[in-house]
Amino acid sequence: MTPFRYLAPTSIGAAIDALKASGGTAKLLGGGTDLLMALRARRYAASVVVDTKRIPELSGVNVRADGSFRIGAATPCSVVAADPALSAAWPGVAESANLIGSVQVRNRATLAGNLCNASPAADSVPALIAAGAVAVVAGPGGERRLAVEQVTTGPGTTALAPDEMLVAFELPAPAPRSGSAYLRLTPRTEMDIAIVGCGIALTLAADGTIAAARMALGAVAPTALPVPEAAGVLVGRRLDDAALKALDAVARAACRPITDKRGTSAYRIRGAGVLARRAAILAASRAEAQP
Amino acid sequence: MTFLGGQTGQRVVGTRPIRPDGVDKVTGRAIYGADARLPNMLEGRIKRSPHPHARILRIDASRALALEGVKAVVTSDDFVDLPAQEVAAGDGSMDFRSLSLNLMARGKVLYEGHPVAAVAATTGQIAEEALDLIDVEYEALPHVIDIEAAMASGAPVLHDDLFTAGVTPRPEKPSNVAKRIVFAQGDVVAGFAEADVVAEGRYTTEPVHQGYIEPHACVASWNADGQSLIISSSQGAFMVRAYTAKLLGLEIADIRSVPAELGGGFGGKTTVYLEPVALALSRRAGRPVRLVMSREEVFRASGPTSGSVAEVKLGARRDGTIVAAELVFKLQAGAFPGSPVALSGMCALAMYDIPNVLITGYDVVSNRPKVAAYRAPGAPIGSFGTESTMDELARKLGMDPLELREKNGAREGTRTAYGVVHRDIGFLETVRAAKEHPHYRAPLGPNQGRGVAAGFWFNIGGESSAAVNINEDGTASVISPNPDVGGSRASLGMIAAEVLGLPAEKVRTVVGDTASVPYSDMTGGSRVTFSIGTCMVGAAEKVVEQLKQRAAMLWGISPDAVEWKDGAAVPAGPNAGGFEPLPLAEIAAKAGATGGPIGATYSTKVQGAGAGFGVHICDAEVDRETGQVRIVRYTAVQDVGRAIHPSYVEGQIQGGVAQGIGWALNEEYIYGPDGKLQNPGFLDYRVPVASDLPMIEAVMVEVPNPRAPFGLRGVGETPIVPPTPAIANAIRAAIGKRLCSLPMSPPKVVEALDGAGG
Ligand SMILES: Cc1cc2nc3c(=O)[nH]c(=O)nc-3n(C[C@H](O)[C@H](O)[C@H](O)COP(=O)(O)OP(=O)(O)OC[C@H]3O[C@@H](n4cnc5c(N)ncnc54)[C@H](O)[C@@H]3O)c2cc1C
Repeated sequence: MTPFRYLAPTSIGAAIDALKASGGTAKLLGGGTDLLMALRARRYAASVVVDTKRIPELSGVNVRADGSFRIGAATPCSVVAADPALSAAWPGVAESANLIGSVQVRNRATLAGNLCNASPAADSVPALIAAGAVAVVAGPGGERRLAVEQVTTGPGTTALAPDEMLVAFELPAPAPRSGSAYLRLTPRTEMDIAIVGCGIALTLAADGTIAAARMALGAVAPTALPVPEAAGVLVGRRLDDAALKALDAVARAACRPITDKRGTSAYRIRGAGVLARRAAILAASRAEAQP
Repeated sequence: MTFLGGQTGQRVVGTRPIRPDGVDKVTGRAIYGADARLPNMLEGRIKRSPHPHARILRIDASRALALEGVKAVVTSDDFVDLPAQEVAAGDGSMDFRSLSLNLMARGKVLYEGHPVAAVAATTGQIAEEALDLIDVEYEALPHVIDIEAAMASGAPVLHDDLFTAGVTPRPEKPSNVAKRIVFAQGDVVAGFAEADVVAEGRYTTEPVHQGYIEPHACVASWNADGQSLIISSSQGAFMVRAYTAKLLGLEIADIRSVPAELGGGFGGKTTVYLEPVALALSRRAGRPVRLVMSREEVFRASGPTSGSVAEVKLGARRDGTIVAAELVFKLQAGAFPGSPVALSGMCALAMYDIPNVLITGYDVVSNRPKVAAYRAPGAPIGSFGTESTMDELARKLGMDPLELREKNGAREGTRTAYGVVHRDIGFLETVRAAKEHPHYRAPLGPNQGRGVAAGFWFNIGGESSAAVNINEDGTASVISPNPDVGGSRASLGMIAAEVLGLPAEKVRTVVGDTASVPYSDMTGGSRVTFSIGTCMVGAAEKVVEQLKQRAAMLWGISPDAVEWKDGAAVPAGPNAGGFEPLPLAEIAAKAGATGGPIGATYSTKVQGAGAGFGVHICDAEVDRETGQVRIVRYTAVQDVGRAIHPSYVEGQIQGGVAQGIGWALNEEYIYGPDGKLQNPGFLDYRVPVASDLPMIEAVMVEVPNPRAPFGLRGVGETPIVPPTPAIANAIRAAIGKRLCSLPMSPPKVVEALDGAGG
C-alpha cells in the first residue's frame, strides 16, 4: 500500500472540496471493505482518502411521512439490515444488505460502497434496482439524482465525476400488497461472491394477479442488469407454473455473463432462471402476507 | 460424544481439563511467529517470479540497494549450492537440493511465485518499494500445469537432470516423471479371472491447501559472533535448525531455534520457506530480520497437496470376497519431485485383506508450487478412488456397503500390499460400530442420500524426547520438544500428571526450544501424543524413582522399600516401617536437603505406533436445480486406542472431517492458460465456513495399542481420509450419478444431473 493522507470531513461541502483539491487522486471511504483491500493489493492508489462516516447527513435510515425512505450513503449494512421499517417495506433490500460479508464486514460496509465499487456481483444493487431506488449525488454544483442502475457504467467504473459523491439512496413507499426479495447463488453458504444474484419486487392486484413487477440480476453482465421483460411476462397474470417458466426464460435470455474462476457462463445463465423463479415466489408470498 | 470400549483405572487420562492454550488464543495474547520483535529489527520481503517457467538471465539489485532504508538483498548466491541428497522427513522424505532451489530459484524459475531474491529494509513499505527496483531479466519458457500433459512426450521438461527412477532400463531422456513405484502382492491377472463382478473407474482430485490461519512467519538474527537465533512458527524447531544450517552451511550448535505459537500447520509447516532467507538477510544486514508471508504468498508458493489421477479396478466373487485390485496413481509433485504417491498407494487398500494387488504410482513434476505434507499425506487421494469404487462394487453385488467392508476387513495378521502385517488393529470394531450407529438406519429426506467410506493412516513414532521437572512448590513443569498443532500440550501434561499422581492443573507443559530439550523429530504423522507421550512416561517414571529415593532418604529406609501411590511416597509394606504417605509437594520442598533439583529427560526412538482406522457416514442433500450440495448429517467413527483428552480427540476428528468436506465440495486451484494461479485467497479458494458444516458427531472406539502409553493411537490424520468418498457416495445415492472428479462443486453436480437428462 502506498502512503496516503486521511481526511475525515464533517460536512458534504468539505468532502467535495477535498475531492476537488486532490485533482482526481482522492478516494472516498465508506466502510473501506473494498477500498482498503484494493489499496493494499495495489490495484489502485490514492493520494488522499476521504472518510464519509463523520458526515452526519450520510448516516441513518429515515422513513418519511409518505412512507418513502432515505438511507444515508455511509450507513453500515448492519444498520440497514436491522431497520424494522425498511425490513417491512423493502425486505429484499434489507436481506441483500444482510448477505454482504460477515457481521464484522457488515458493521463497516455501506450500500454506497457496494454500489460505487462497481462490482457486477454487488449484492445490494439488484435489490435496490428492483425497489426503484434513486441515488442522490452531491457535487460542486449541488445535487443530482440518478436511478441506481445508471450509477455504474462497467466493472469498476461509475457515472460519478471525480469531485462527486453519493450522499443517500431514496426508496419510494411500496404500493399496497407489495413484496420484494433478493436471492443469490454461491458455492458457500456465506462469505462468498454471488455467481448470480436476483432482486425482485412484486405488487399484487386485488384479484391476485400481478399488478407490477421489477427485477434485476447481478453478476451476469458488466453491471447489474434490470430485466424489464420480467414485467412483460408477469403483469396481469398469476404467479403460476406457466408464468414462472416464462420468467425463467426471460431471466436467462437477459444474461450476458462471462466465464471466469467463479462460474461458467452456462452455469450463471441456468442459475439466473432458477433464482428468478425462487425470488418471485418469495416476493409474492411476502406480498400476500401484506394486509 | 460417544465412547465405545473404553478403559478405567486412570485419574487424569480420559478426563477433559480446560485447554491450556485456549485463553491466550482467544484473547489475542498468544505469541505467533509474526508477533516476535527484536531490537533493530528489519522487515523483509520476497521478490517472486511472475512466470510459471523461465530462465533467469540476470538479477540486478543495484537500484534496490541504492534506496534509502534498504539494508540487504539476497539471491541464490547467498545459499549453498547443494548436491541432491534425500533424507527422511516426517511422513516421507525430502531432498536438500530441492529444498534449497525451492526456497530461492537458481538459474530457472519453475512456478509463478517462485522466490528469486529477498530484501530487508527499515520498514515494510521500503522493502516493498525495493522489490520493484530489483531488476530480473527472464527468458520465458513453455510451461505445463496439467499432470497428464506433464507426463506426455514433448511436454516442457522442468529439470534436465530428472530421469524417472524405478524403471529399468533407466530412461535415456529426462522427463517430468520423477519416479515410478510399485506395490504388488499375489497375481492380479489370476485374481481378476476369479472375479464374478468387477467395478472400475477413473478419478481425479485437485491440489488443496492446508489452509492454516497463520501465514508462515519468522524472525531471524545473525549475531556478531556468528551464532544465530530464529523464532518461527513451524512444526519442528529442530527441523528449522537442521534445514537452516544445511542451506546456509552452518553448524547446528550455532543456531538456536525457538518455536512460536503455531496457528495451524496440517503438515504444511514441516518444511522451511522463510527462516534461511531471513537469516541470510540478517547475515548481510547485521540486524534481525522479520519475514511474514501474505495470504497470497501462502497460496502461490507454499505447499498444497497433490492433485491426482487414479485408475481403480476391483474384482469380487459373487459372495462379496474381493479377490483382486489394480490401482494406478499419478500425483502432482509441484515443481520438485516428492508427491506422497507411495502413501496414496499404501493407504488406499490398507483397510482390506485382498490376496492379489497391483499398485503403480507416478510422481510427476509440473509448473506449480512444490507440494508439502497435508494431513495424512496421500491417503485421501488414495481413498477417493478406491472407496468410491468400493461403493460401486457393493451396488453391483447388491450388498450393504459396510457389510462389504466388514467381510473384507483387515484384521490381526492381515498382510498389506506394501508388506507390513497389521497388528492390534481395530478396523472391524470400527466398521461394526458404524453399522450399529443409529445414523446408519435413520430415515432420509427428499433429495438426500447416504454414503459411507473407510480410511486408514499409519501413525508414526520416531526420534523423541521429553523433560519433566519438579518445582519447589510441588507442581511440575514439563517440556515437549514438539510444536503443539492439535492439543498435545494438554495430553502430554495429562500423561505426566497421571504417572506422577498429580492433578492435571498442577502440571504445565511448554514447548521447548532447541537449547532446552533433547532432539525430537518434527510434529507430523500423528506422532506427538504417542511418541512424546512415551518419553513423557519415561521421564516421569525416572522422576518417580528420584522421588522414592528422596522419601527413602527422609525416612532412613532403603529406596526399594518405597512405593509411589496417588502422588505420594508410601512404605512398600508393613516391614518397611510405619510412615505416613509423603506427598510429592513435601518431597519437593525438601529437595535441597536431599540432593538437589528433581527432574529428568528421556529420549528414545519410539516404535510401535498403532494404525488408525475410520469409518464415516455422510448424508448429503442435493439441490437439483443449482447443484449445491449440503452435508446434513455426518458421523465419524474412529479407533483412537485411548482418548487421553477426549475433547481434543473429538476436535481432531471434527477438524479432519471439516477439511475433507472442503476438499470434496469446493476447494481447488484455478489456473489460467498463462500458468498463473487465479484464486490465491480465501474468497475464491473456498474452505468451508461454519454454516457449511453440520454438527459432526465423533464416535471414539477404543481398541488399545499395547505398545503405547494407556493404549493410545495417533488420531489427527485418519479423519481426513474417508470424507471425500463418503460424500461422493452420498451424492451418488441422492442423485443416482457418480461424480468422479473433485471438487464436486455445483457446476459439476449440475453437469452430472443434466447428463442424466435432468
Ligand atoms: C470478507 C469480505 C466479504 C465480502 N462479502 C461481500 C458480499 O457477500 N457481497 C458483496 O456484495 N460484497 C461483499 N464484499 C465487498 C464489500 O464489503 C462490499 O462491496 C461493501 O458494500 C463495500 O462497502 P464499503 O463501505 O466498505 O466500501 P468502501 O471500500 O469504503 O468503498 C468502495 C468503493 O466505493 C467508493 N465509495 C465509498 N463511499 C462512496 C460514496 N459515498 N460516494 C461515492 N463513492 C463511494 C470508494 O471510493 C470505493 O471506490 C465483501 C468484502 C469482504 C472484505
